[in-house]
Amino acid sequence: MTGSEMSHTTAHAHPEGAHDAHHEQGWFLKYFWSTDHKIIGLQYMLTGMLMALVGAFMAYVFRMQLAFPGQSVPGFGVVTPGQYNMLVTNHGSIMIFWVAMPVLIAGFGNYLIPLMIGADDMVFPRLNRLSYQLFFLSVLVLATSLAVQNGGFGGAWTAYPPLSANKAYNLTPLGSSLWLVAVALEFVAFLLGGINFIVTSMNSRAPGMKAFDVPILVWTIVIASVMFMASVGPLIAGAVMLLFDQTLGTSFFNPTRGGDPILWQHLFWFFGHPEVYVVLLPAMGIVAEVMTVFARKKLFAYKTVIYTIIGTAMLSFFVWAHHQFVAGIDPRMANIFTVTTVLISIPIAEMCFVYIATLYGGSITLSTPMLWALGFMAEFLVGGVTGIYLGASGTDIFFHDTYFVIAHFHYTFFPIAIIATMSGVTFWFPKMFGRTMNEFWGKVHFWGTIIPFNGIFIPLFVLGAAGEHRRIFDYHNFPHLDTPGLGMLRMIATLSLVVMLAFQFVFIVNFLVSMFRGPRAPRNPWRSNTLEWTADSPPPHGNWPVLPDCHRGPYEYSVPGREQDFWPQDEKA
Amino acid sequence: MRPIATTRSAMGIPTGRLAVWWVLVSEIVIFGGLLASYVMNRIAHAEWGAQAAHTNTWAGAFNTLVLLTSSLSAVFAHQAAEGGDGRRAARFLRLTVLGGGIFLVVKSIEWTHEIREGFVIQSGGFWSYYYTAAGLHAFHVIAGMCVMLWVAASAERNQDLHRVENVGIYWHFVDVVWIFLFPLLYIAK
Amino acid sequence: MSAHAESHRHPDYLKVYFTLVGLLVVSVVGPMVGIRVVTLIAAFGVALVKAYMVAKNFMHLNVEKRWIHWALALALVFMVLLYAGVSPDVGRDSGQRWTKGAGWHQLPPSHEKAGAEGTPGAPRH
Repeated sequence: MTGSEMSHTTAHAHPEGAHDAHHEQGWFLKYFWSTDHKIIGLQYMLTGMLMALVGAFMAYVFRMQLAFPGQSVPGFGVVTPGQYNMLVTNHGSIMIFWVAMPVLIAGFGNYLIPLMIGADDMVFPRLNRLSYQLFFLSVLVLATSLAVQNGGFGGAWTAYPPLSANKAYNLTPLGSSLWLVAVALEFVAFLLGGINFIVTSMNSRAPGMKAFDVPILVWTIVIASVMFMASVGPLIAGAVMLLFDQTLGTSFFNPTRGGDPILWQHLFWFFGHPEVYVVLLPAMGIVAEVMTVFARKKLFAYKTVIYTIIGTAMLSFFVWAHHQFVAGIDPRMANIFTVTTVLISIPIAEMCFVYIATLYGGSITLSTPMLWALGFMAEFLVGGVTGIYLGASGTDIFFHDTYFVIAHFHYTFFPIAIIATMSGVTFWFPKMFGRTMNEFWGKVHFWGTIIPFNGIFIPLFVLGAAGEHRRIFDYHNFPHLDTPGLGMLRMIATLSLVVMLAFQFVFIVNFLVSMFRGPRAPRNPWRSNTLEWTADSPPPHGNWPVLPDCHRGPYEYSVPGREQDFWPQDEKA
Repeated sequence: MRPIATTRSAMGIPTGRLAVWWVLVSEIVIFGGLLASYVMNRIAHAEWGAQAAHTNTWAGAFNTLVLLTSSLSAVFAHQAAEGGDGRRAARFLRLTVLGGGIFLVVKSIEWTHEIREGFVIQSGGFWSYYYTAAGLHAFHVIAGMCVMLWVAASAERNQDLHRVENVGIYWHFVDVVWIFLFPLLYIAK
Repeated sequence: MSAHAESHRHPDYLKVYFTLVGLLVVSVVGPMVGIRVVTLIAAFGVALVKAYMVAKNFMHLNVEKRWIHWALALALVFMVLLYAGVSPDVGRDSGQRWTKGAGWHQLPPSHEKAGAEGTPGAPRH
């Protein structure tokens, strides 16, 4: 029995019983208590983007401390060592758990998956609402952790025990437990959300939409959700164990009483490494969607890309201990993990080649979304190749815990969390809000972000190679690092950050003004194939009066013999 | 009330059941992570065997029997629901919940006794894992009982009978976890 | 509605149940013999068999779509992977220059209890 038979009789989106009352639903019900995937998606995105401002502010403060140690930071005051640790810890945690994941996966995923597969909503709308509410609760708990006595947790986003387990060491008894609970709640929210994405994408596709007719972005979000689900379990167990160590006095990670701190490290990184691919894959999915549209070319090797993504996902579970090369793990395991880690660069590199091949010979338009997508490729490439030095245990012995690592992961994370996000936001803005963003200011924002971004992190590579350790509050205490040359590099990085943050106001203004006063957008301003562009801009509740069928793959651009250079998926043959 | 999306089934499996299987995948890795940590610690610490000797094997065995019986009741509920008999299904589901309740009562008595003897969660590695693992399991039992009562309420009115099978699958998983917890915590001494 | 397309024949659930109970008895009696190998087989071997029977007969995994088996198996494989990657480090109680502390301390029974519990991090041997 195929899906097409089942849904044929139900192709019409019948309004729910309560929906005659929908127009009279108050603001609260419509926006705060909504089960509509589009509203929930926007809630996640808005929350994520606001948290990005918080995380960015924290980076501003600690970078000011690093460039001008001991001086009062405008907008914050003098930074104490404890506050420095808190800022660094929460900057990392926020950017990964409360920005990258909600925006890329829950935001774009919730908004786009039903639209791209031709469905009227997610399969479990109320579970979807609960997921967001749990996520929102996690934000509140995190905020509380920063406000309590002794301040927020400062043991790094990796929360290694004994520092994280023992309040006599971390000095933030309330903050550390609240931080942990916030992270745990976020995990549960994404587990529940992931069930929705996976089941919806698997089961609720439009009639005629076979597996290989599904847009890459849906594939990447689903595979990311499965990876998240499979990797976070041991860490949830570990988080319970750490919470008990913190609050009950158990000794899971206390070596003097028979526990093992290395166990936490393993449980954390067993999740932590797949996690970076969990956020990478949707970012690459967004880039693929944008590139095919603005090169007017089909994705170079769609099936190969799918298999590569799956291969990368599997392989990402075999590399985790490269974060622990100098932690005292068994050196024989270190050898194994070096091999697997260096191997994983191959499928990612292959995907980059596929994207370049997609561009080759294409009819390229350098619109704002396309600029961001191209920027992603260029910057992520730097991140990827510098990762090789860290994945090989020999060189990692020198680079571990230096700024080289920070520069590497920002050259990967920033493209993922910011550049790909911007590509997606500027691309789908017309669909989401029914209006168009300003192209000129979009390009100003792009260049004003990309150029300073390199100004921040290239100096950090140099500093790392010179031996500058991470997580140090004031380098005056390290004579060999306290040189004018290195100090100058720190200042360049900080000033570049300030410039980059200033340019974000261009985006914020463009975003808000366009949302309310931008020129109205048509249904399909970019002349794209995928199904979301056949719905109104913005789509109504239920997305279409009649749900579409699917007749072909998503990347039929510039098909020879056709008048138009695109061929929407729902158009009959 | 339900979107069309929920009624589609491109994979040939009803949506609710597909979702429950994915929930089980995530639960396997949660319990798996905890139990793998326990096992590798247990192997490293020979002295934990002496600690494990203080667990009550008969209580554990009885609880295993209780959960197996409750699983039987759950599968009878599924059979009834398939036949369209919602009231019968609800009755069997409530019997399953009763089994869960008995399980929890026995566990409470067990734990009270052990705590009185001085074996608390802080007493050392074995006990930390013992209470955490069994506690996490008990949490899942309670959650399962709540969902099951809610499904039973609908089933009694012959509504959403497909949910009987789905909640049953979840309950059987909780049973399977206990099937492994029993030897891990009680027998291996 | 309930697309039980596989409208499978139900196995004899009572027979399965009594087999499971019998296996439970074996798993309790076996360790009483005292021989380590017998204990391991009786306890864990039986657990595997029981879990398999519950999965097959109660959860109807045998008539479920094939790829669900793969998804569940994948989760189990990852747990084996976790164990394989972590136990060389955590499964040891001593190294070249370190030993782990003893893994337990028992509080006196509550009716005799006088002193405080161990505080986290305080060394206790």
